[in-house]
Amino acid sequence: MDPYSKRKKELPERPPESTRPSPFPDEVLELVLGLLKSNKDRSSVSLVCKDWYNAESWSRTHVFIGNCYSVSPEIVARRFPKIRSVTLKGKPRFSDFNLVPRNWGADIQSWLVVFASKYPFLEELRLKRMTVTDESLEFLALNFPNFKALSLLSCDGFSTDGLAAIATHCKNLTELDIQENGIDDKSGNWLGCLPENFSSLEVLNFANLNSDVNFDALERLVSRCKSLKVLKVNKNISLEQLQRLLVCTPQLTELGTGSISQELTERQYTELENTFKHCKNLDTLSGLWEVMTPYLPVLYPACTNLTFLNLSYAALQGLELANLLRHCPQLRRLWVLDTVEDKGLEAVGSNCPLLEELRVFPADPFDEEIVHGVTEAGFVAVSYGCRRLHYVLYFCRQMTNAAVATIVQNCPNFTHFRLCIMNPGQPDYMTNEPMDEAFGAVVKTCSKLQRLSVSGLLTDLTFEYVGRYAKNLETLSVAFAGTSDWGMQCVLGGCTKLRKLEIRDCPFGNAALLSGLEKYESMRSLWMSSCNVTMNGCRLLAREMPRLNVEVMKEEGSDDSQADKVYVYRSVAGPRRDAPPSVLTLSVFTEGTSPKCRRWGCNPYFCDMDG
Amino acid sequence: MSIPQEHDYIGLSESSPMERISDKLSSSSSSSSALSTEENSNKNKTSSLNLKETELRLGLPGSQSPERKPLPGVSLFGKDIDTNTNGYSLSPSKNLVSGAKRGFSDAIDASSGKWVFSVNNGSDADLNTGAVLFSPRGDNGNTQKSSVSKKEVVGVITQSSKPVQEKGSQVSGANENNNAPAAKAQVVGWPPIRSFRKNTMASNLTKINEDAEGKSGFGCLYVKVSMDGAPYLRKVDLKTYSNYVELSSALEKMFSCFTIGQCGSHGFPGRDGLSETCLKDLLHGSEYVLTYEDKDGDWMLVGDVPWEMFTDSCRRLRIMKGSEAIGLAPRAMEKCKNRN
Repeated sequence: MDPYSKRKKELPERPPESTRPSPFPDEVLELVLGLLKSNKDRSSVSLVCKDWYNAESWSRTHVFIGNCYSVSPEIVARRFPKIRSVTLKGKPRFSDFNLVPRNWGADIQSWLVVFASKYPFLEELRLKRMTVTDESLEFLALNFPNFKALSLLSCDGFSTDGLAAIATHCKNLTELDIQENGIDDKSGNWLGCLPENFSSLEVLNFANLNSDVNFDALERLVSRCKSLKVLKVNKNISLEQLQRLLVCTPQLTELGTGSISQELTERQYTELENTFKHCKNLDTLSGLWEVMTPYLPVLYPACTNLTFLNLSYAALQGLELANLLRHCPQLRRLWVLDTVEDKGLEAVGSNCPLLEELRVFPADPFDEEIVHGVTEAGFVAVSYGCRRLHYVLYFCRQMTNAAVATIVQNCPNFTHFRLCIMNPGQPDYMTNEPMDEAFGAVVKTCSKLQRLSVSGLLTDLTFEYVGRYAKNLETLSVAFAGTSDWGMQCVLGGCTKLRKLEIRDCPFGNAALLSGLEKYESMRSLWMSSCNVTMNGCRLLAREMPRLNVEVMKEEGSDDSQADKVYVYRSVAGPRRDAPPSVLTLSVFTEGTSPKCRRWGCNPYFCDMDG
Repeated sequence: MSIPQEHDYIGLSESSPMERISDKLSSSSSSSSALSTEENSNKNKTSSLNLKETELRLGLPGSQSPERKPLPGVSLFGKDIDTNTNGYSLSPSKNLVSGAKRGFSDAIDASSGKWVFSVNNGSDADLNTGAVLFSPRGDNGNTQKSSVSKKEVVGVITQSSKPVQEKGSQVSGANENNNAPAAKAQVVGWPPIRSFRKNTMASNLTKINEDAEGKSGFGCLYVKVSMDGAPYLRKVDLKTYSNYVELSSALEKMFSCFTIGQCGSHGFPGRDGLSETCLKDLLHGSEYVLTYEDKDGDWMLVGDVPWEMFTDSCRRLRIMKGSEAIGLAPRAMEKCKNRN
């Protein structure tokens, strides 16, 4: 029974130049277009003609909104009447690093209110960097009877009480995925709120919650939910408890363990080993909190088909990693801590020929005294062994231009190259030169590069290279780099596909900011903090480009004329009205008005709904 | 070679080798002259601070960390750590969040070029407000920018902004000469790691350190190893070695990059066979002596007691210049004499 069966043609008549009637009835067209999953394809389809636009609108069930302020919930609901799944991203990415004031916005509530009336049959909500209150979670739980999947990543504003509300009221819940949020973790009681006969869960991830959950309730839950595919528990679940869980869930494809730190008897060890032997369906393994490495081998039998191994919270040494990797022949994605050091990365190079993604996180980013960590040597070693590598996130304390040149020579297919030399503005430690040539090599060699994060001592030359060569670049993150406005101008002028630009602590000023006047409407957003941009520059930008929202966040006690933090983004919803006092919205328009859109609804080139 | 100075240690014997090491370090830098004036003025304060070299930096308000200078061939963070001739130093107690957890009370002594930050077990709110100063790199003499970023970083500095500006300009000046001090404050949002991860790792590390400190945890025994003139320490797990020879060769490998710098050849640790020979000479010859601090706080020469007894009582290791090992053992003295 299609709840949206009432059809409404709200459009004006077909324009005169289209005389040929559509060969398909609307229903057929919708059915066909309904098979399209990619948002990019759907966007293209919607531009063909009015009929196709409508058919696409009616057949779309999932909408992705990369910037919650680029559009309003009303506009979304007007264009897409049949949405069942929404993905929303809110705050600028630098809010993850505490650069955005806490009450900045991106509150989900206003969306939920509209959805409750327009999408009462909403099933899935995936939020990233949104503010979510317990009240909102309760509202969600009570107003959407079909609600199935909730995923919260890097959100804030809620507590485990909100989770309890979801657990209590969402009878059809299949997915509860709580990751790396600023959550007020009061207790693990929320788990017990799931009804005793509840059995539809397929995904349960509470790895990042620290409170104890009732293990018996968890065990019963897990044995009832025969479709459970993803289970990621928190560090309070011991090895022995994990074993009991795994016995009930041989069908798991993704497992997040608890702590590997309990002392085991030999019998327990053998039992565990046997249990893991039966986890042949696992493709993802994570967790390993507080790992006591003598017990790692117990996991080996489960690793045969692993494609993703997330050790980013397990402080392993190189040798331990090497031993583990020998049992993971199918590995495609690996996340580790830099405790494995270069030795560990050499083992990666030797044991993981299929590796496509590597992320190396710093175990101790702030402690200078004990310098563990990885160097350029480790990265180079990986590049020799893993020729398919295309995604890297690498935190290190030293790097050289020559090493990076070698790396990209070995792996020219990088799509995501995120290098963080942790000491800001540090040059090539062997030659003492800037790291310009390193990133020059990256952009010259890796023609498919979509995302780049630069670091180290960089002059404008880096950005000349980027502008000249990185023609597929979509996201660029810059910190403590550059020499003058020219650097940023090169990027804005040269990177035709640029969508997200985030800059902090660089000597780019108004000239640079304003050189992108024409560009920002084709981008999702621009962030500039601790640069040389002034209020006047921002006002000018706002005046010239009415379809951009220009927001300035002022620091306490800073100079009136300085624009400490600037966030610029395109929007068809006009300047937002929920900004806190510390956020100045610069706009040509008076309160209440908003710029006219070119078509009713929105223009996909302006509307960020398709990412 | 500097004359060892005696200090009034709190609870330590006079003329502890550590202070000599501190002197050694401070004088080995090319910019020592400017430094030593400052050093001298800080001498009294640094009496208890030289200990800091060997400890985790959980400094108390009012303490300053001693300078640590890299070797010419090696830069800790790839830049020459220079001292600011202006002896500007923050008075930590004024500048820090009063509610800061203990990890945060280290002052940033700009002139010392010292990174001082210790593991914080708290929330990211602490990280924000505990941040003091950061001087952005880049050869822009842009005071304003520096001060802006500082202001962003400094939540609770109650002083007037003038000193901040001063620092900014002086640091920028230093930047222009590519000699920015490595004065590392906690910069807001840097390195770019999510709060959840930061907090988790911080609490994990405290756990690991607690476990490993002295007492053997589950099969590992990490002790710090420092080497005279090296810009940073290492940690080794004594349990992975079964005798002195293994330990010695592991340490040689670990610290070869520093001694090669001293040898005069530039970089390329380990790959050049010549360099390794050079290193062995250094360690086995008379240049360096391996010492350790035992449970009682005494510094002993490594190798005198049976291995098991050594691992039981060893708290930390120090690779000392032979000339500094006066008084430790006659053997060490002999080595020096033979060399000379």
